[in-house]
Amino acid sequence: MQFGIFSVSDITRDPVSGQTPSEAERIDAIVQIARKAEDVGLDVFAVGEHHNPPFFSSAPTTLLAFIAARTDRLILSTATTLITTNDPVRIAEEYAMLQHLSKGRMDLMLGRGNTAPVYPWFGQDIRQSLPLALENYNLLHRLWRQDVVDWKGKFRTALQGFTSIPRPLDDVPPFVWHGSIRTPEIAEQAAYYGDGFFANNIFWPKEHYVRLIGFYRQRYAYYGHGTEQQAIVGLGGQAYIARNSQDAKREFRPYFNDAPVYGHGPSMEDFMAMTPLSVGSPAEVIDKTLTFREHFGDYQRQLFLMDHAGLPVKTVLDQLDLLGGEVVPVLRKETAARQDPSTPDAPTHASLVQAKYGTGAPRQPRPNANRGDNVTGGSPYQDTTAESRSEYPEL
Amino acid sequence: MSSPDHEPFALVTISAGTSDPSSTRLLADRIADRTCELAACHGRTVTSNVIELREIAADIASALVSQLITPRLQTAIAALSEADGIIASTPVYKAGPSGLFTSFIDILDDDLIIARPVVLAATAGTARHALVVDDQMRSMFAYLRALTIPTSLFAAPEDWGDPALNSRIDRAAVELVLLMESGFARKIRDASWGSYQHEYGSAGGTEVGIDLDTDLMKLAAGGSAG
Repeated sequence: MQFGIFSVSDITRDPVSGQTPSEAERIDAIVQIARKAEDVGLDVFAVGEHHNPPFFSSAPTTLLAFIAARTDRLILSTATTLITTNDPVRIAEEYAMLQHLSKGRMDLMLGRGNTAPVYPWFGQDIRQSLPLALENYNLLHRLWRQDVVDWKGKFRTALQGFTSIPRPLDDVPPFVWHGSIRTPEIAEQAAYYGDGFFANNIFWPKEHYVRLIGFYRQRYAYYGHGTEQQAIVGLGGQAYIARNSQDAKREFRPYFNDAPVYGHGPSMEDFMAMTPLSVGSPAEVIDKTLTFREHFGDYQRQLFLMDHAGLPVKTVLDQLDLLGGEVVPVLRKETAARQDPSTPDAPTHASLVQAKYGTGAPRQPRPNANRGDNVTGGSPYQDTTAESRSEYPEL
Repeated sequence: MSSPDHEPFALVTISAGTSDPSSTRLLADRIADRTCELAACHGRTVTSNVIELREIAADIASALVSQLITPRLQTAIAALSEADGIIASTPVYKAGPSGLFTSFIDILDDDLIIARPVVLAATAGTARHALVVDDQMRSMFAYLRALTIPTSLFAAPEDWGDPALNSRIDRAAVELVLLMESGFARKIRDASWGSYQHEYGSAGGTEVGIDLDTDLMKLAAGGSAG
């Protein structure tokens, strides 16, 4: 089981100090936070993607590549990469590059994005969000698996003899999670391809997620990727931890009350009772997190939201000390004791390489010489086989 | 939703009155009482449930700004999803249904009360507000594809001393009982529920069927968007 953190990348005024960090300060802070996540023994750092203030993360692969260079072990991911407003060709290229630079220490989570104005800024229409997401991913999936792609769809200009470069590291595509909270089509797509399914889980009622995750598991098995138990599930969560319960509540309350999205609404106590938010001692956070498994079954990745709502970076780093030092070690032990032994770990680059090649050497594509026309041609790599060559229309 | 012929009608009142008691609730109660009497004449009993919006005002405000549906709201929504008939009663302050009332309607799923018979009622400090029921409430419930009954009820202060109000309440109750008796909402549910627009988890969390045979599902499984 992997444990980590995910950041929305909001730049929010600290309601206690009254200070709003600059973009520069917050970007520096997120790098510190990611490095700290590794230092305290967490497995995953994921960042969101936004294209409007007050967020900073418009270019997640640039940020994650930098973090990859400053870390050794941490898996870098997203929460989420917009599969709607990004060209799937650019996603294929950028994340393959990140995969190379991080030596495979990455995966990504796809989401649709629900900010209506972002769609037209990138030439899209939110009313087509779902078919756009599904079609884009069908293309992305092929771009990472076929050296040469001929493709025609409804939303993007057609491709003829296109090769997405660089080819994935070791010719093993990055693992993909699909984030959704109430869209069966996304669960179906995740299941069809044998990808992971992530429920952000910040808002209950959990009954819907339980059903949707159940549907994903059934369909994962239906498509022959394994048993329902072996389907790859991730969950979001949110915590604020202090040595004792009273301090945690007192410290976090002003941030809760002013938080984007849920602030100025329900009381913190109601929100804790009704959602996965834990505000309390390490033992309380552990107890609550362990209930997720009871609701959703064995799962492979637990991400916590720890750095939002204007919490100052020092507080976030202290939180990570408690999360990594006291909470996660117990969660690892308790989860291992409770999990079905047949539950697999989340795929990593190493496990995917192993699954594809066994003890053999991974494929390392070497391009043919440029023919002078700057187009790929039908056989871009020295080992490209005849069947993967592009078919050109007859003139 | 019931209701084979022997089961009681589930009647749910939404009252946005702000005092206790309120004239808005009083109007709704008179309609509910008359409905029960008439149903009894037709050999049917009624279980009557009241959603007092003033008691869940904070929950409604929270839901509007945070997407969080509290257990008390879940209870109210579940009652509506089971209702055979609905009485919706609100005060009018500024030439429109009260904000508390419209806020509650705003948080309901669009498909929660499709085809359910609804009595529309409003109270106001002046008869100048009388058309709010027909002009605003009726279109709001039309959006929800509920079946508003023909008679609108409105009570300005002078109406409380006028027997004509009671005769309109009688008319409304007759209309409501006949529509509940017809089983129209249930028949729509049986005959064409799938042709209305739903989302996963809509209709108050009851709409959880997944149709695998759609264009989007085929696209999800590697097909083309056509």
